[in-house]
Amino acid sequence: MLEAILLTVITAATPLVIAALGELVTERSGVLNLGVEGMMIMGAVVAFVATQTTGSPYIGVVAGITAGAAFSLLFGFLTLTLVANQVATGLALTILGLGLSGQIGESYVGQPGIKLQPINIPILGDIPFLGPLLFRQDLIFYLSIALVIGIHWFLFRSRTGLKMRAIGDNHSSAHALGINVIRTRYLAVMFGGACSGLAGAQLSLVYTPQWVENMAAGRGWIALALVVFASWRPLRVLAGGYLFGAVTIGQLHAQAFGIGIPSQFLSALPYVATIVVLIIISHNRRTTLINTPASLGKPFVPER
Amino acid sequence: MTVSEGPAGNPLLSVRQLTKYFGSFAACSGIDLDIAPGEIHALLGENGAGKSTLVKMLFGILEPSEGAILWNGKPAVIRSPSEARSLGIGMVFQHFSLFEALTVAENIALSLDPKISLAKISDEAAMLSQAYGLPLDPKAHVADLSVGERQRIEIVRALLQNPKLIILDEPTSVLTPQEADRLFETLFKLKAEGRSVLYISHRLEEVRRICDSATVLRHGKVTGTCDPKQETPASLARMMVGADVSDVSRGTGSQLGDVQIEVASLSVPARTPFAVPLRGIDMQVRAGEVLAIAGVAGNGQGELFDVLSGEHTVADNDAIRIRGNAVGKAGINARRLLGAGFVPEERHGHAAVSEMSLSDNLLLARSQPDRRALLSGGALSVIRHGAVRSAARRICEEMDVRKSGDDPAAGSLSGGNLQKFIVGRELDRQPVVLVVNQPTWGVDAGAASRIRQALVDLARAGSAVVVISQDLDEILEIATNIAVISEGRLSRSFAAGDLSLEKIGLMMGGIHDSTHSEAAHAH
Repeated sequence: MLEAILLTVITAATPLVIAALGELVTERSGVLNLGVEGMMIMGAVVAFVATQTTGSPYIGVVAGITAGAAFSLLFGFLTLTLVANQVATGLALTILGLGLSGQIGESYVGQPGIKLQPINIPILGDIPFLGPLLFRQDLIFYLSIALVIGIHWFLFRSRTGLKMRAIGDNHSSAHALGINVIRTRYLAVMFGGACSGLAGAQLSLVYTPQWVENMAAGRGWIALALVVFASWRPLRVLAGGYLFGAVTIGQLHAQAFGIGIPSQFLSALPYVATIVVLIIISHNRRTTLINTPASLGKPFVPER
Repeated sequence: MTVSEGPAGNPLLSVRQLTKYFGSFAACSGIDLDIAPGEIHALLGENGAGKSTLVKMLFGILEPSEGAILWNGKPAVIRSPSEARSLGIGMVFQHFSLFEALTVAENIALSLDPKISLAKISDEAAMLSQAYGLPLDPKAHVADLSVGERQRIEIVRALLQNPKLIILDEPTSVLTPQEADRLFETLFKLKAEGRSVLYISHRLEEVRRICDSATVLRHGKVTGTCDPKQETPASLARMMVGADVSDVSRGTGSQLGDVQIEVASLSVPARTPFAVPLRGIDMQVRAGEVLAIAGVAGNGQGELFDVLSGEHTVADNDAIRIRGNAVGKAGINARRLLGAGFVPEERHGHAAVSEMSLSDNLLLARSQPDRRALLSGGALSVIRHGAVRSAARRICEEMDVRKSGDDPAAGSLSGGNLQKFIVGRELDRQPVVLVVNQPTWGVDAGAASRIRQALVDLARAGSAVVVISQDLDEILEIATNIAVISEGRLSRSFAAGDLSLEKIGLMMGGIHDSTHSEAAHAH
């Protein structure tokens, strides 16, 4: 029973963690992309359509990632090259993604999908309790864990990550040091898009293997909030994502048991709990300040 | 004055007839400079004398218009800061370009070869900071560091590249005295290793204390090369400010009226570690008087202006009086209501909102009674755009403000024209008391003379005018009385005719007359 509940928690948390990690990288470079929801839903629909067409959910995963990255490229072109307002462009990207995905997926609504099958890691998968939870999972779960570790290493250990944090902190000084601000930001934006696309693919290939219009259901916005409340630190994103997933699943079970709490309140619980916990974690103003990208959302136009 | 040669005889860096034009304006003109190996060479000059332009040419940021730079006797063309670095020139800027969110080691790493590991950089930085007495924790975040510590990062960053010449641009302007002493010890260590230092400053005492030779600039030209230890502060000041005083009729000072603004034994502690405390300021300005306050930058001028204008109020309400009313605790608007006007030093973002039009800037600077003519609708305060615009137009005509368009944004005007507008804006209110900080700083000669004329005319019409200025020519041109501020102390005021340039120079160097014996310089 517990094992089954925990499995659903993991499945619910994974897309949040992946999308938030992608946005974390984007924001660390100083770009605020509010289009996570839109990129996610594009990833979901394209992954589903590709899977249905080819019969291979792995091709679907690749297609979802590509769709997210390509969609973010539009955002990058508008905000980085044409220096459009990042907030407005991000919101437009979400609205566009919701509409466009509905259009693309229209004829696929209600079709039974193909689920991405778990990969059993030999030996580790046989560990009692932990084995089925952590080592008999699908590819996207493994990727999400690899992303947490990889991004943490990249940001805080690698020289390229250092340059990216420098750009996020002060793009003018970074430019003066000879770092290519615009190119780095393009890559960061596209990485964020690819992660959102992957998170979307998880929704339509693992979480509920089918296409339903607007199936991201606000997860993109949760991911955005997670990044801020996790003060731009990957490990905290992981913790926040799992907390949110756990409370979501927990309150569903509570509703099923019919305890005497209004269901609206229970539905709100994951949001409240996640925000409260992450605020408590990030109450240290100094750490928050040091981790907040100071040039977030500010357009960069190199002097000539 | 002798040209001092280093012990080795051959200079490390020579500059010959170096000239830089901005348009037709020569920021540097025919500069000659020799820096010997292992010497600390001072580059002295007032603000705007061309020091920064010269240094930027040496560090490859600006391209010289004419002249040559010789490195170890060979002609060198320095096209970029990285070329300067590879020659062996390191630079510590006045304003640092550090990343607040990153650690010390990370900041240093960003300007070095990416192949060197962060751990190695940390070790080397720690070692260097030990060796040169620049305590620095490589793991500390820049956001947590003081300005002095941030400067150490820049110095260590420069030292990591093993330079032969280190240029420091006004390094002590951001330091506390204790931090400055530490910096000097570091400079002596560098010198002992045979490295040369080009030390840019306008602080005479400092230069006399640590420099082996000095080149003095004024209006973009070399006015002297000397051994500062052989000079007096007065003789250095004379080279800095020049002796070419123009002959202009001053106010007579005989028909002065009542005291309009008065400061009595006002002391204000420093608000930040880098501010100057005001110590026992006494000042009286009468109707018809132009009191000019001379002084080398950073001796409390900004702090004095702030307490006079009410930007910072003081604890003792009676310490400042405008037309007999105690205003120490009153804000700017309350002081304006008494008939005072103020022109702060910074034009952009302080005296004017750069993005807004001239008429908006006019309206913003008006307090209740003056505003009445510009507003209608009683409590609704509807702006009468026509009235505001015509007032702005009147000011522009009065002060000969040249602008593009009818009512352009303040930021689109040249410095001189904007300054004329700002001064005109205050004059339009016919203030009884006007306090101006650096009225013609960075302003072209034509605009400067227009502004000076307006200030003199205002005093002649019976107002009390206080001008805080670093420009001695300006002071001698317009002042009826002169006082000198040094280290937060204000001398008594002297009739302009009674003061020689020599004496002003001495007072600027911190040597006051006997009535202020406690102010005698500590060094």
